[in-house]
Amino acid sequence: MEEKKLKTAIIGPGNIGIDLMMKIRRSKVLEMSLMAGIVPGSQGLELAAGYGIATTDKGIDGVLAFPGLDVVFDATGASAHHQHAPLLKQAGIFAVDLTPAAVGPYVIPSVNIDEHLFREDNINMVTCGGQATVPIVYAINQVAPVQYAEIVVTLSSRSAGPGTRQNIDEFTQTTRSALIKVGGAKEGKAIIILNPAEPPIMMRNTIYTLCDSNKINAIVKSVEGMVAKVQRYSPGYRIKVLPYADGDRVVTVVEVEGAGDYLPKYSGNLDIITAAAVTVAERYATLKHEGAI
Amino acid sequence: MKSIRIIDSTLRDGMHAVSHQFTPEQMAVIASKLDDAGVDTIEVGHGDGLGGSSIQYGFSRAPEAQYFKAVSQVLKKTKLAVLLIPGIGTVEDLEAAMEYGVKTVRVATHVTEADAGEQHIKFAKNNGLEAIGFLMMSHMAPPEKILEQAKKFESYGADMVYVTDSAGAMLPTDITARIGLVCRELSIPVGFHAHNNLGLAIGNTFAAIQAGATSVDATVCGLGAGAGNSQLEALVAVLHKGGYTTGVDLYKLMDMSRDVVEKLMHRPQSINADTLAIGYAGAYGSFLLHSRRAAEKFGVDARDILMELGQRKTVGGQEDMIIDVAIELAKNKKQ
Repeated sequence: MEEKKLKTAIIGPGNIGIDLMMKIRRSKVLEMSLMAGIVPGSQGLELAAGYGIATTDKGIDGVLAFPGLDVVFDATGASAHHQHAPLLKQAGIFAVDLTPAAVGPYVIPSVNIDEHLFREDNINMVTCGGQATVPIVYAINQVAPVQYAEIVVTLSSRSAGPGTRQNIDEFTQTTRSALIKVGGAKEGKAIIILNPAEPPIMMRNTIYTLCDSNKINAIVKSVEGMVAKVQRYSPGYRIKVLPYADGDRVVTVVEVEGAGDYLPKYSGNLDIITAAAVTVAERYATLKHEGAI
Repeated sequence: MKSIRIIDSTLRDGMHAVSHQFTPEQMAVIASKLDDAGVDTIEVGHGDGLGGSSIQYGFSRAPEAQYFKAVSQVLKKTKLAVLLIPGIGTVEDLEAAMEYGVKTVRVATHVTEADAGEQHIKFAKNNGLEAIGFLMMSHMAPPEKILEQAKKFESYGADMVYVTDSAGAMLPTDITARIGLVCRELSIPVGFHAHNNLGLAIGNTFAAIQAGATSVDATVCGLGAGAGNSQLEALVAVLHKGGYTTGVDLYKLMDMSRDVVEKLMHRPQSINADTLAIGYAGAYGSFLLHSRRAAEKFGVDARDILMELGQRKTVGGQEDMIIDVAIELAKNKKQ
């Protein structure tokens, strides 16, 4: 028997929203029902309309007026999501938040996908940098407790839209907090760098962890296992430099090549957070279908 | 006589030259001498600014608040400034620094990414600070691009825009073209920050002033990333000879340079093979010591690392790319 698809809307038709739309259109359990923005005729709204998807330029009001929505992906900005979150909750719509607002708990699919789905109505996808680095910190922490995790995310300028730029503080703060709360590090720090080189560079993530570096063999094994897990939903996620010991620290570098859905393949940063968001929403749909929620 | 504002960065950019290891007490001594010599503004903190203390850039000797506290207690006339690189430091860090009387914040972005600093400039202006937009690695963009980015900073409310030669890679003609255009088109003052990797720091600073810059950076003994900055003592002498006023007492600077700062240096601040490679390749000045360390660890030549980093168009703050490049060079060497 064919599953009934959950009706979904995206609010925020920028780089992330458009990439998300491409992925939802391919989903077997989610239906791409509505694209919501606030600028009439914006590129994202036009693209959606071109696919025959309903659109609104009334933002959150347009979303709330649309009947029968199950899931809303918020790809606007941190301050906008703070306004949207209570309205979506009131309307009984499950919110997948891709801004660094962090109203709901952080979800990294390869680490804690089921932890919050049963009792929360709003979950937060951390940041692209968090999606790329928290799994590594978590994997290392499983075999060698991490005293301090520091990550450096380098993005191509072209893949960092105005939302990312205007929220750069929230980006570093939310990522740091997820390194601790989900990754398990005692302390954390996040750094983001924008690089305008042409051709654009691939998303690159360096993860420094202070831990017992004598356990490097176990660390490598744990990290390799985790990378395979992330690859299930983000196939372009890969190790650039295998974990190596440098004194009391372990250094790991991962790269993310995008699926090339909307922006070209260098935009792995878009891909890993949109792929993670769709993975979580699909899991929600499955659990709901099974009657678990 | 035309007056030039000096922003001293001995206690910020100079921290690179001592691997961020000045103590708060040492900073207080230097700050009080700079205040006594009549320097307008001093910038204090980790070499990479607020929040810079890290594995990526090196940990500073003390938490940044201790530096601000120690320095703020000795300043009488001189203004206290901090550097904020969006992506490393945050408004939260700035708020913490403001408790120690910080009056000026320089918001530093890569030369093409001024919009990453919008929220910080606006916060500073809303909270009564002087806000300066600081365009790093200006050698990587043509004058028109620099103007476009400088205008962004102006539109956010910045009080001044700096053109910054972070790699010490520009020639005087490059400076004249960039500063000249920005000065003609902007209604706010323009500043210049030099590095000495090609031996041109003082000459470039002088060229910037002749092209219209009214604020320039310097450090005592030239302390700074790479081959260092414009040497403050020498710059003040040059400016006074050139008919400019700075409000700074040259003899007091000479005294503090000889009696205080020289004694705290880890190595001579010179142009050597590696710093010259930085200027020639156009790589970020603070890659110097990190590249030397990686060169030793992976058995390659630091110059090759730095040249490759320039080739790859790396930007400020990408110290983690040094590892990649060193590993690749080592691999190629084996084959």
